[in-house]
Amino acid sequence: MRDFISARTHNIPPSGIRRFFDIVQEMDDVISLGVGEPDYATPWVACEAGIASVEQGQTSYTSNRGLPALRTEVSRYLGKRFGIQYHPEDEMVITTGASEALDIAIRTVTDPGDEILIADPSYVSYSPGVMLSDGVPVRVPCRMEDEFRLTPDALMEKITPKSKAVICNFPNNPTGGVMSREDYRGIAEIICDHDLLLISDEIYTEMTYDGEMTSAVQAEGLRERTILINGFSKAYAMTGWRVAYLCAPKELCDAALKIHQYVMLSAPTMSQYAAVGALKNADLDREEMVTEYQMRRNLFVRGLNRIGLTCHLPRGAFYAFPSIKEFGLSDVEFAERLLIEHHVAVVPGSVFGPSGAGHLRCSYAISREDLREAVRRIEAFTTSL
Amino acid sequence: MDAKDWLLLRILEEDSTQELSEVADLTDLTEAEVEDRVSAMEDDRIIRGYCASIDWEKAGEGVAAATVNLKVTPERDFGYDRIAERIARFPQVSSLRLISGEYDFEIRVTGRNIQDITRFVSEQIAPMEQIRETGTILVMKSYKENGRILYDRKEGERLLFSF
Repeated sequence: MRDFISARTHNIPPSGIRRFFDIVQEMDDVISLGVGEPDYATPWVACEAGIASVEQGQTSYTSNRGLPALRTEVSRYLGKRFGIQYHPEDEMVITTGASEALDIAIRTVTDPGDEILIADPSYVSYSPGVMLSDGVPVRVPCRMEDEFRLTPDALMEKITPKSKAVICNFPNNPTGGVMSREDYRGIAEIICDHDLLLISDEIYTEMTYDGEMTSAVQAEGLRERTILINGFSKAYAMTGWRVAYLCAPKELCDAALKIHQYVMLSAPTMSQYAAVGALKNADLDREEMVTEYQMRRNLFVRGLNRIGLTCHLPRGAFYAFPSIKEFGLSDVEFAERLLIEHHVAVVPGSVFGPSGAGHLRCSYAISREDLREAVRRIEAFTTSL
Repeated sequence: MDAKDWLLLRILEEDSTQELSEVADLTDLTEAEVEDRVSAMEDDRIIRGYCASIDWEKAGEGVAAATVNLKVTPERDFGYDRIAERIARFPQVSSLRLISGEYDFEIRVTGRNIQDITRFVSEQIAPMEQIRETGTILVMKSYKENGRILYDRKEGERLLFSF
C-alpha cells in the first residue's frame, strides 16, 4: 500500500512531549506544572446560561458568524475593556476555540512561500499552522533580557521581501511576557512600514497583573491590519466549551468567514449561550480568579528565585519561565529527570521554539499547596545535581 | 488602602492563620511590610477581628439557627439606632441588619435547639415595646456559610499536560 499521508502532514513535527505523557501515566503522586488551563470551574452563571439554552431546545446551528447576542456582547466587552470598536455585524466571527480562529486566520492570509514571522518562543500550534498552508514560519527571538517582549530590532532583522504577516501572543504562553502600549507602538511602525499583517492572539489578556491590560489593536495603524483573536477559555475558565472569536476589518473577516463556514459551520451553540452568560455576569468570578493567579505567581516566582532558578517576573498569563542554563543540563534532560526522579512535570522551553531552550514552562494554575511542594521538590533536584 | 492592602484583606478573610512568610510571598511584600500594613488596618478598625469557622454540629453541640424579621417603631431623635443597640446586646443574636422592604430588621438567632430559639424570640424580642411584629424562619439545613461550601463536591479533572 502506498503512503496515504501527505508530505505536508509528514513534515509537521510531532508534539515535543509525547514521552512525558507516557511517563506521567505511570505515576500517582506527580505534581503537574504542565497544565495550560485554569484550575477553576467555569463560572456558574455561564454554565447556567449554557444549560438553559439546551433545556429550551436551542440545539441547532447558529449563523456562521455566531449568535448575534454573543457578537453584540463581545463588541461591548472589547469597547469597555480596551476602547477598541468592532462591528458585531461584519467584523467578527465566533469560532470553535481560539485554535480554530488561529487556523482560519493563518489560512486566510498565507500563500505558498509566504514568510510568517512568529514571536519565539511561542504557543506550539503557530508554526505547524503556517506549514499546513505551505507558508514558511520564521521565528523572531524574544529574549529574557527584554522580559520576552517582541522588540522592533528583533522583528526588523527577520523581515524579507517575502514577509507577509506576524503572529504574536501577549501575554505570552510560555513566557508570561506582556507588551505595553508603547511596546506595541514600536512594532506597529515596522508592521505598517513593511505592509505586513498582524495576527494577535490575545487569549491571556485578562491575566495581566502589574500594569494596564493592552491590545495590539490600540496601537495606531494596527486596527486596519490586524486579525485579533480572543476567547473565553482562559478568562472565564471555559477551555472545554470550545468558544472564542476573531475580529478583523470587514474584508479580512469575510474571507476568514468563508473558511469557517466550510470547515466548522458554527461554533457549539450551547457554548455560545454560555459565553453570553459569561460576558454579561461573570466579571466577579473572573476578577476573583485573576487575583488568585496573581498571588500564586508572586508565591511561585519568589520560591523559584529563592532556590536559585533565575526567573523574570512574568507579568501575564499563568506561566513562569525560569532559566535552568546554569545546571549544565538541556531543558529536555532537566524536565525528564525532574519528572522521573522527583515527580514534578514541567514543559521544556525548547518545545515552544529555539528561544525557549534552557528554560522550563511552569504553570502556576495549580493550588498554592502544590506550588510550595513543587518548589521543594525542584530544590531537592537541583541540590542533587 | 492600596492594591496590596486589598490583597492582604482578601488573604486574611480567607484564612487569617496563614504563616507570615506565606502572606509575604503571596503579596510580594517583606514580612515586616505585611506586619506594618496589617497592624495599621487593625488600628483603623478595617480589620475588626479574627475568628474560626466552626461546624458546631460536628463538634457534638446541638445547633439551631433562625432568621427573624422584625417590624419596629423607630424612636424620635434616635431612629433605629437605639433599638438596634438593645437587640445587639443579646449573645443569641449573631447578626443584626437594617433592611429595606416589609420588615425593618433582619436578625440571625442561634441556640442549641429550636426551643431555645422560640423561647428567646417570644420572651425576649417580641415583648420589647418598639417591636410591632416578628417573623421567624427556622434554618433546616445549611449548605453554604460565609462563602464556604459545607457539602462534599467533586472536582473536575484536568489533563496533566496541555499547551
